[in-house]
Amino acid sequence: MIYQLDFWLMVILVLFAILALEVRDLLAAVGVLTGFSFLMALLFAKLGAPDVALTEAALGAGLTGVFLLLALVFVGRESED
Amino acid sequence: MTSRFESVFLYVVARAMVPLIQVFAFYVITHGHYSPGGGFQGGVMLAASIILLRVSMGDESYDRFPREAGIVIAGFGALAFALLGFMSMLFGGNFLEYALAVPGMSADELRYWGIFFAEVFIGFLVWGALVAIYDALETGGVE
Repeated sequence: MIYQLDFWLMVILVLFAILALEVRDLLAAVGVLTGFSFLMALLFAKLGAPDVALTEAALGAGLTGVFLLLALVFVGRESED
Repeated sequence: MTSRFESVFLYVVARAMVPLIQVFAFYVITHGHYSPGGGFQGGVMLAASIILLRVSMGDESYDRFPREAGIVIAGFGALAFALLGFMSMLFGGNFLEYALAVPGMSADELRYWGIFFAEVFIGFLVWGALVAIYDALETGGVE
């Protein structure tokens, strides 16, 4: 176990989550959310769950980003609230 | 989202990546019954390779993977999985109880191949369904 790596991964994870909620540009929000999913996959792999990590990397960091980008084509890039 | 985005780099990299993603997806599916991964993860990777084609090539990708193919593949996967499950019920077992499916083979061999084919059919189902979702989103739900 590398506790420093765990600690910094968790810190960056929380920072990415807050950033994805706070950023005004929705395109950037999708990018940050994809990065969040990738960090989640790293943490899952490190916690000894390669099956969940594979799912998170393929679905969360791959397809969800594409689907959200496709939704942005119709919704528009600017956040309204 | 109908025409190809004119970038040589995007086109070449996508063309090179798609077969590699698909080979890895086949590896994940066919080794799913005794190692991490399985039908769902491999199917997601196959769908990701097709969606990469859709994103980078636009309408030209319909020549390689037509719009109707997604829902057909998903239907085939679901039907084959259900038939595999019901096959053992013909011989008096429960749903997906592989050990009874084919008389004449040993029980552990039957379980091995039963789980293998279940993974393959789940892979087809997830692959087709995700591509169909992408195609429906791309047109905004029309057609």
